[in-house]
Amino acid sequence: MTAMLHIDGLWKTFAGFVATRDVSFDLMAGETHAIIGPNGAGKTTFFNLITGHLRPDKGSVSFEGRDLVDLPPQKIVRLGIARSFQRINIYPRLTVFENVQVALIAHEGQQWNLFRPGRSLHRQGTQELLELVGLAPEALETAGELSYGKQKQLELAIALASQPRLLLLDEPTAGMSPQETGETIASVRDIVKARGLTLLFTEHDMSVVFGIAERISVLHHGEIIASGAPDAVRNDPEVKRVYLGEHAHG
Amino acid sequence: MPSYRQLIASAIVVLLLALLPLAGSRYAIDLTTEVLIYALFALSLNVLIGFTGNISFGHAAYFAIGGYACAILLTTYGWPLALALPAAVVLAGLVAAVVGYFCVRLTQIYFAMLTLAFAMLVWGVAFKWKEVTGGDDGFTGIKMPAMISHHIGYFYFTLITVAAGIAALWVICHSAFGLTLVAIRENSVRAGFIGVDTRHMRWAAFTVAGTFGGLAGALFGMYHRGMYIENAFWTESANVLIMVLLGGIYSFIGPIIGAAVLHLLQTFTNQYTPYWPTVLGLILLVIVMVLPDGLIGLARRVRGRGGRP
Repeated sequence: MTAMLHIDGLWKTFAGFVATRDVSFDLMAGETHAIIGPNGAGKTTFFNLITGHLRPDKGSVSFEGRDLVDLPPQKIVRLGIARSFQRINIYPRLTVFENVQVALIAHEGQQWNLFRPGRSLHRQGTQELLELVGLAPEALETAGELSYGKQKQLELAIALASQPRLLLLDEPTAGMSPQETGETIASVRDIVKARGLTLLFTEHDMSVVFGIAERISVLHHGEIIASGAPDAVRNDPEVKRVYLGEHAHG
Repeated sequence: MPSYRQLIASAIVVLLLALLPLAGSRYAIDLTTEVLIYALFALSLNVLIGFTGNISFGHAAYFAIGGYACAILLTTYGWPLALALPAAVVLAGLVAAVVGYFCVRLTQIYFAMLTLAFAMLVWGVAFKWKEVTGGDDGFTGIKMPAMISHHIGYFYFTLITVAAGIAALWVICHSAFGLTLVAIRENSVRAGFIGVDTRHMRWAAFTVAGTFGGLAGALFGMYHRGMYIENAFWTESANVLIMVLLGGIYSFIGPIIGAAVLHLLQTFTNQYTPYWPTVLGLILLVIVMVLPDGLIGLARRVRGRGGRP
């Protein structure tokens, strides 16, 4: 079986600091895979390299056999990869409804329509996505005024609006309360299952990861030091040393 | 689609304006004509500022190109208005497309500086190309079609043209295109990640703004029976920018209000004191310090609503 996402020998350096060091990585279709690692391990950089936000110094990224290096984000989205961001990345002055509506308009390629009223398009699709992530009651609120946890949910709805086959979530529960974390994880798991998505997500909270991931890769100083089933990774001595150890002492 | 109430309100405003020549003096009619032209000019700039989030310091360039082109085609080449006006508007739009192609490669202050640089080039052409533009004497003696050469005829012509222009801009700003522009303004990185080519969209917005700016300029030149290099100068770009900011960038009609208030204030101030620039400075100070979302934003806050577009 060939991988849905195939990454080979990826390097990225920022002014001498190596953020991604010779990373090779395969993601199978249908898999739920977590990238873990302490803050600063290079998780977000890794995502930015996949989604076209950053250009790698060396190495290749291909999705379903297509080379992604040199493609801009908007082209990569259209191939079927959508992402959320660790830092909230929404349209603060638009309503919750419009935040999702614009993503659907872009997905359908209607952003060049100068005549059809934007707010009349995809009303049902938008409503369905908001219900899916539990934001239907807040549809008409200004997005920037939502609570942090709800803005994270909105991020998810925006990413889903692009109808991805591969969903990348960058720390989907960062900054959430334990209760919000539990709810979000359950909701993400259900959505991924119902839509048959492949999920790649980063997380620094180990407990979140073991509840949902089928495979885990550990990133440390820009390098993947272990990869495999959750139990195998948990018991890996190297992982214990660099990651779990730090946590236990922290 | 506009709501029923918005349609009725717009119809009433146009109707009231249409009745003005029955009651108003020549002075009132001329002043209203000027306000209408500036309203269209300010609205066209707000496609770029309020809807796309790109601040242009060189919008007078397209106003001047529209104005000069229409004047020259009517007078030097003897074209009929029905050809000269559309040609002038298309030319302004084409130049905006060429300039915009380069400008949208940059963002923020670099974008603004490049728009200013191109506008200074346009001013330079108007100044130096004396045989065509009249240089610093201006291009005067525009040949006007008889039907609109009288000030009341011209008022109606302006009213109809501006109303059509505003209606077209309303449709564009509220279209799927317009909503996507607002998303780019709010967060252009995010817009890229939903599959929007933000640079192409900003380029299109730049072209739309220039096209309608050119229409306003053509109306302006014919109204004054002449175009002058000052109309292409950066102070004119600053003036329309202040109109937009004063009215409020986050609402469609804000720039119309801003254009009306600023132009009327300037006219009345000039009757009492030669220090209009000082007054303008004070107005700008007030906008920046206490009215970041303009008069419309203030009205919304007074009525207890958020400042949403």
